[in-house]
Amino acid sequence: MRPFSYERVSTPAAAAAAVRAKPGAKFIAGGTNLLDLMKLEIEAPTHLIDLRPLGLDRIEETEEGGLRIGALVTNTDLAANDRVRRDYGVLTRAIVAGASGQLRNRATTAGNLLQRTRCPYFYDPNQACNKRKPGSGCSAIGGVSRQLAVIGVSESCIATHPSDMAVAMRLLDAEVETVTAMGEVKTIPIADFHRLPGDQPHIDTTLPPGDLITAVTLPRPLGGAHVYRKVRDRASYAFALVSVATVVQSDGSGRVAFGGLAHKPWRVEKAEAALPQGAKAVVDLALAGARATDQNRFKVTLAERTLAAALSDARR
Amino acid sequence: MAGDIDLSRRGVLMAGSATAALTAVSPAEAQTPRPEAEPSRMGVTLQVNGARRSLEVDTRTTLLDLLREHLGLTGTKKGCDHGQCGACTVIVDGQRINACLSLAVMNEGAEVTTIEGLGQVDDLHPMQAAFIQHDGYQCGYCTPGQICSAIAVLDEIRAGVPSHVTGNLRERPRATREEFQERMSGNICRCGAYSNIAEAMADVAGGRA
Repeated sequence: MRPFSYERVSTPAAAAAAVRAKPGAKFIAGGTNLLDLMKLEIEAPTHLIDLRPLGLDRIEETEEGGLRIGALVTNTDLAANDRVRRDYGVLTRAIVAGASGQLRNRATTAGNLLQRTRCPYFYDPNQACNKRKPGSGCSAIGGVSRQLAVIGVSESCIATHPSDMAVAMRLLDAEVETVTAMGEVKTIPIADFHRLPGDQPHIDTTLPPGDLITAVTLPRPLGGAHVYRKVRDRASYAFALVSVATVVQSDGSGRVAFGGLAHKPWRVEKAEAALPQGAKAVVDLALAGARATDQNRFKVTLAERTLAAALSDARR
Repeated sequence: MAGDIDLSRRGVLMAGSATAALTAVSPAEAQTPRPEAEPSRMGVTLQVNGARRSLEVDTRTTLLDLLREHLGLTGTKKGCDHGQCGACTVIVDGQRINACLSLAVMNEGAEVTTIEGLGQVDDLHPMQAAFIQHDGYQCGYCTPGQICSAIAVLDEIRAGVPSHVTGNLRERPRATREEFQERMSGNICRCGAYSNIAEAMADVAGGRA
């Protein structure tokens, strides 16, 4: 690990000032992803700003009847929250499908959204990776790609976003509240938060450097049957090959988002109109234009079958 | 005769390590150069197994290394050092965490319980006794993490924290074998003592009920 200095901050304004003052500074909250990457020197901040004294750990009702989730609410606390379990079951289901109990106890809501890909080529400093080192190439393309993306890919990158929680957040139309380094409060719809790799795969999100996430808000509950179904190489504690988040209403309409397929949670609103026609109709639209490799082409079929299973779960 | 293609195992290994050395370009060096920070030291005070400990450490010190290298509490084990195996599991402020993925300085004021603080040979924690009773280990390397995790799992179930296998999210989770197996998935046991670990947990959970 490279040396770094460390400070704790107690207000968002102090956090903004601290990050402005030191080039090479990074925020740290749970640290479960950042420290992992710092040990490999894939991340090498020269200064860490510990956000944990900020609080930002409450879950409150909004005036609109939704929920405002503090950026530092842990994955465990969010999944266990009574309102979330009752009204946003797909979110609880997605969170507990990810990581381990130990990691969920420290991982935060904002940190989960900002976690980096687990593409094995990103994690191996001896391999070319445009996300880790812009312009170095992509060893994953033409390499072992079984776990990697099948849609929204580019010539530069075929990494996937690893989060389960973010797939549910995308399904629920969450909004990300941020404060800029100058103190300005902004809101980013989750649909615009994660980006596709294009020719700049080193940029994961539209959050400008130095801006701080303060909360994630959920709109009013959708009702309906909530299902998160995840397919992975072992029954627990593994990243998704394919996952499906869905909320299905009694008339058969609903929403669908996929994990494990793309550089961001994958949701195509116009494909959701096909839900009453079944899984194949939805996936044909949602994954139109898929560019799979020989090794990960199975994901397209698996997405259809996982959605079919999820819709079956929703009818139970 | 193999002649000049007779590469010994030793020769192959040496060639392999030379290749590794040539290609081991650090990504931080390879990226845009930025000023290298000097090693930085900082004071940290925390409660470890009930005792107040104050010390000064390099900011890079993880909670795991603080426990093992600075406080001599080597019961907590370093397995993967990347949060994948669970051998370093300790209980911090009542919650189990991977001590390898937490900086020591991030735990200022925290209450840390390690395997040494749970019980000793003549005064075992009920979970330690149950692991012995049910043969919940072979080599023992993952065991301190397994025991810390198992105790915290029973607390999580009692607190109503749901898991991937919890049937109805409106109901409280129950202390079932299926719940133990799912919740313990962050603790890897290369010897495969899993079923006996689940038996030990069921024993302790039943005793409490």
